[in-house]
Amino acid sequence: MAGQERKIPAPEANPETRPFWEAAAQGRLLIGKCKACGKPHYYPRALCPFCGSDATEWVQSGGGGSVYSYSVMRRVPVPYALAYVTLDEGVTMMTNIVDCDLDAIRIGQRVRVVFKPTEGGPPVPMFSPA
Amino acid sequence: MTIKGKAYIAGIFEHPTRKADDKSLAQLHAESARGALADAGLTREDVDGYFCAGDAPGLGGLSMADYMGLKLRHIDTTETGGSSYVIHVGHAAEAIAAGKCDVALITLAGRPRAEGMATGTAPRNYGAAPDVAFEFPFGPTVVNQYAMAAMRHMHQYGTTSQQLAWIKVAASQHAQHNPLALLREVVTVDEVVNSPMISDPLHRLDCCVITDGGGAIVVVKPEIAKRLNRPRVRVLGAGEAVKHQMGGQVDLTYTGAMWSGPRAFAEAGVTPADVKYVSIYDSFTITVLITLEDLGFCAKGQGGKLVSDGNLISGTGKLPFNTDGGGLCNNHPANRGGLTKVVEAVRQLRGEAHPKVQVKNCNIALAHGTGGSLGTRHGSATLIMERE
Repeated sequence: MAGQERKIPAPEANPETRPFWEAAAQGRLLIGKCKACGKPHYYPRALCPFCGSDATEWVQSGGGGSVYSYSVMRRVPVPYALAYVTLDEGVTMMTNIVDCDLDAIRIGQRVRVVFKPTEGGPPVPMFSPA
Repeated sequence: MTIKGKAYIAGIFEHPTRKADDKSLAQLHAESARGALADAGLTREDVDGYFCAGDAPGLGGLSMADYMGLKLRHIDTTETGGSSYVIHVGHAAEAIAAGKCDVALITLAGRPRAEGMATGTAPRNYGAAPDVAFEFPFGPTVVNQYAMAAMRHMHQYGTTSQQLAWIKVAASQHAQHNPLALLREVVTVDEVVNSPMISDPLHRLDCCVITDGGGAIVVVKPEIAKRLNRPRVRVLGAGEAVKHQMGGQVDLTYTGAMWSGPRAFAEAGVTPADVKYVSIYDSFTITVLITLEDLGFCAKGQGGKLVSDGNLISGTGKLPFNTDGGGLCNNHPANRGGLTKVVEAVRQLRGEAHPKVQVKNCNIALAHGTGGSLGTRHGSATLIMERE
């Protein structure tokens, strides 16, 4: 585990995505869902990427998922694990795997969301071993 | 409408520089344009169509048309990252077939080395792009995104680091014969897998070079090609596709080549078995392996076997690739490798590749570009050409 923390740049909210970041500040992970076609999507957006409907809504994820793929970036001062996690709701999101031995991460491993502070912005959803 | 046989690649040029401290970006574009026009036996005055992408300075096509003094009746600045220029050849053929221009010029240039850019290891912030807030905080770089594709391919199909290394080995075997190649030293599988890990599972020697430079291509209508004193290279077919995260249904084991390839083969009326030489965008070794599967040179998941044991080496292997040394060893101008892929394919079709790597009876060649990232979103372009 790194003795030093990697600085996380702040995500920039916009009018379309503000509810996501407000929920993140409360420790809740939201995903997009379409009321017209019923499919969940990520990253969240106002118009459904599957059917084009604007009848989208925010739904809260249970926060559990599994590692779809990952890579530990070595050539930086503080190594970190970039990953895609597939949530139990069926969408796959880019994130980091944190609070663990980076050499022990495996594809298929169960993980749980944990929110980590950013530099002057809302916290971002990362994952640690469940 | 088809573009088959409606346009010819008459001029090519790869800028010889690999570090351009003493040249401007616009100058590199213009020097490349001059080289390709001279190669074709044409002049600046003949150009009536111009194609460039995001690497061109200022307002892109407008700024470069101004600098070069071009008088245009057709312009196309399609931007799909490093695959742009492969797409441009297809678009140029379409424009020529439709009578919108007769002589199309495509240029590329960049100075990432002179500018000290951390090409592969620093996250890039694309500003107002809708994905940025959901990706940039997690540190996605060029190399770790491609690395996630490699990791998943290994997990799903049992692909190994040694198999990936064979791709670099083949590129280095070719690069030893290219006096302009940045890296001319022949490497072994052991040397690749023992080079420093950059981002698991990609080692330093799984990554392409970073170079300054540029290149240009001239595409012309058949009547012009026939009066030029050059071997004639005919465009047979082109396919393009965009692949992205599909609303969260991410699958990193295939690329847009899965769609662009069949489109190009269908238009050309040929199959992978007919292709004598391939130029495959090689940003990383994994890019080549997955692309060859997607283009149908082997079954999905069998790419590791296909690239192993020197099978990509010209003269000994069954599928000679990137005989200039490719992006892995020769040149990756502007961090965009699509244009040089077309250039080496044309050299092969003309019989103008280095004698040590020239493919015998090379009548049909394929060039493929991948721009953007396998890990998030990318543009794929497949081009099939024939020596007439």
